This record gives sequence, C-alpha cells and structure tokens, in this order.
Amino acid sequence: MIIATNVTKKFGRLKALDNVSVTCNKGECIALVGPNGSGKTTLIKSILGMVVPDSGFITFNGNNILHHWKYRAQIGYMPQIGRYPDNMTIGQVLDMMKDIRQDSPTFDEDLIHTFDLQPLYKKRMRTLSGGTRQKVSACISFLFNPDVLILDEPTAGLDPVASEQLKEKIILEKKKGKLVMITSHVLSDLDELVTQVIYMQDGVLRFHKPIEEIRTDTGEQKLARAIAHYMQHS
Amino acid sequence: MQKIIKYVITDILRNKIMLAYTAFLLILSFSIFSLEDSPSKGLLSMLNIVLIIVPLMSIIFSTIYIYNSAEFIELLVSQPLRRKTIWLSLFAGLAGSLSIAFLAGAGIVVLIYEPSITGLMITVTGVFLSVIFSAIAMLAAVTTRDKAKGIGTAILLWLYFSLLFDGLVLFLLFQFSDYPMEKPMILVSLFNPIDLSRILILLKMDISAMMGYTGAIFKDFFGTGTGILISFIVLLLWIVLPVGLSVRKFNNKDL
Repeated sequence: MIIATNVTKKFGRLKALDNVSVTCNKGECIALVGPNGSGKTTLIKSILGMVVPDSGFITFNGNNILHHWKYRAQIGYMPQIGRYPDNMTIGQVLDMMKDIRQDSPTFDEDLIHTFDLQPLYKKRMRTLSGGTRQKVSACISFLFNPDVLILDEPTAGLDPVASEQLKEKIILEKKKGKLVMITSHVLSDLDELVTQVIYMQDGVLRFHKPIEEIRTDTGEQKLARAIAHYMQHS
Repeated sequence: MQKIIKYVITDILRNKIMLAYTAFLLILSFSIFSLEDSPSKGLLSMLNIVLIIVPLMSIIFSTIYIYNSAEFIELLVSQPLRRKTIWLSLFAGLAGSLSIAFLAGAGIVVLIYEPSITGLMITVTGVFLSVIFSAIAMLAAVTTRDKAKGIGTAILLWLYFSLLFDGLVLFLLFQFSDYPMEKPMILVSLFNPIDLSRILILLKMDISAMMGYTGAIFKDFFGTGTGILISFIVLLLWIVLPVGLSVRKFNNKDL
C-alpha cells in the first residue's frame, strides 16, 4: 500500500533519513520504534508529503505521492504535537475539517463521544491542556474513516482511561483491515496492537520484522524487553 | 479553495486590526478632505497616505499573519489539499481583505470628493499596492523560518521601496548628471511599484507641469495609453512574480 524506496532527507548536515526503504501493506499494524531523533517522525512526515525527500520516492497504492496529493484523503494523521489555530474553538476546528473534507460522505465521530468532547466545544484551542489537545488530534485523525492511520506518539499525554479508549479504537479499526502505523516510546502500549516492528536508528532502518519473529529471535515475550535486547546487542 | 479563503477571511475579521485599519483610513481621509479647501490639494495628501501607509500596513500585517497561521497551514497540509491551493487561498484572503479595507476606508472617500480620473487613479493604485505588498510579504515569509528575521526582512523591504530606492535613484542621477538620464529613468522607475504608482498619479494631477523636462518625457511615456497599459502590466507582474516564486518555495518547504 505504501512503498518507500531509498528515501533520503538531510536537514543541514544531519541525515534525518538515510536510504530508507520500507513496504507497508493493508491489515498490518506497524510499530515504528527507535531512540529520539532516529528519524521516525521525519519518515511519517515524508509519507504525508509534509517533508519533501532529497532523493528517493514514496508511492501510495502505486502512485508517486509527489504528484498525487489526493491520496491524503485516505490517511488519518495524528501528529506528535497537535498545533491548531489558537483562537478557534474545538467545535470550530472540527466543523472546519468536516467542511473542507467534502470528499468524505460519513463521519466517524465515535471518539468524540468516547472522549466526551462535546461539553468542551466552546473552549478555545489555546486554553486546552496537552491531553485534551491530543484527544482533538485523535478525533480528527479517525473522523474521515481513512484506510491508513498514522499515529505519532498517540498515547503521550493522555490519561490512562483515554489511553485505553484510544487503544480499543485502534484495535477496532485494525480489525476492519486498515493499515495502522504507530510510533511510541511506551512500548508496553504496543504489545497488544502490533503485528510488525520497524526499528530505526540514526536515520537508518535497522530492521523490519513481524513480531513473532522478534519474539523467537530474542526469546522475550514483551516488546519492550525484545527491543532492549536489540539495542544492547547492536 | 473558496472554503479556505472563507476561513482565512473570517479569521482576519476576528482579529480586529483590519477593522481598525479601515476606521483609521476613513477618519484620516475624511479629515484631509474637510481640512483642505480644494479637493485637489486633499488628493496630494492622500497620495502620501497611499504611497507610505498602505504598503507598510500590507507588508507587515501579511507577514505577521502568515507566521501566525503556521498551525493552520500545518493542519491543512496533512489534508488532501494541494499545497498551491492552500497558499493561494491565504494570499487571496489577505490581499482581498486588505484591498477591501483600503477601498472602504480611503477609496470611497476619494471618489466622493474627487470623482475624476485622478481620484480613480489613486484608488486603483492603492488597491494594486495593497495586493503587491502582501505578495512581497508572502515571499518574505516563506523564505525564512525565523519569525523575527522574516518580519525584519519585510520592514527592510518596505524601507527599501519607499526610501532607499529614491536615494539610489538620486545618487544615480547625480553621478550621471552629464548624460541624458530621462529615458533610462522610465526603465528604472519600473523596478519600484511605489515609484511607478507615484508617477502614474502625479501625471494625472496639474502639478506635473512643474516637473520640467523630466516631467515632459515622463508624460510622453506614462501619459499615453500604451504607457499606462505597460505600467499596469508591470504592476501586475509585481503581483504575479512574488506570488509565483513563493508558491514554488512553499511547494518544497518542510513543515
């Protein structure tokens, strides 16, 4: 579904992505893990076209994303730090997104109800706490029923209840055969979700393996321990 | 595209600066025309407002607005929208509201007191300058990531177009005072939209008779239909080129 081929991106001298090639298919749930500054967010932003790679190319359903901007209709993106126009209210932001996205016939508002956001509709974005902001980002990413979900640190800043609710929603969407990509440092959150793991370090893709293979390789059941095993032995 | 323009304009209206700007222009132009005994003298004072305040307001407001919309832009870029559409909508919203503010605040008053070709010329060039300087602001804002640097660049650009450029022209004239400089001056004036507007307006006023030989040469060029056509094409280029360049830069910008 998403194929990145030899993607390289430099920020000044720093190589954020170094010749990264990756293939993601429908129905997979991929964990993107790696230390801080390993290029996870840059890879995600390149897939979304927010960062333009220096070389290499990315295709979505066989079309090069450079010329086909419409593919983004099929991606729900939850950014690491959701940034919204300060003087708009939650309600206005959600209405604006719906208004702009006329391509989507139905809206999936489940998360708005589970997070109980409606009473907060009149609150301005700048007054929101980090967690509420994160909830708004999550709602927007699921709102248009996308085939692909790209979640950058979805549970960071969420309280345990909301975090569980979001996880349940992700599992539900995964069962519908959608492609889910998650980055997280809270690896215990990923245990019950992921089917594949991509490990990145210094902008290089170290490995891309199914989780069963990782478990047999390292002899660890928990993802956190398995990744720690790789980090120590690399 | 219309939808994004709609959101940009509601956002601009929500921060009351644009309304204050309109009110300021309105008060200023009304008081100018009621203080001066003849409307044509009032026009001369209006000329300075159009040539100094309008570009300043346009370039600074637009630059700051673009930097402040960083979040809005980021939100839209991850949606299925063409980057060009997002950027042009921002430009259309900004240029549109600045032009409407100018028309409502100064243009209408000028046309009421002086419904002549000169009054029309001031109004049209005022609108052009509003749009041109927000176009230049778009280019300044997309080129630098740093907010302070970008706004500083915008102010310097305004200083250049409204003061430094004239200084440079005077310097050139003194250096080459032994040569006939009148015709090259026409070419030089095309490189500054403010100068071009000033010449276009002055030539429609009676005082152009006092500009001597240069005035005669200018009149020969800018007074004719082709001259005016060429000037407006150049003014249009001053919109199209900065915006086109900024679109290209924005298309390859990392957010």
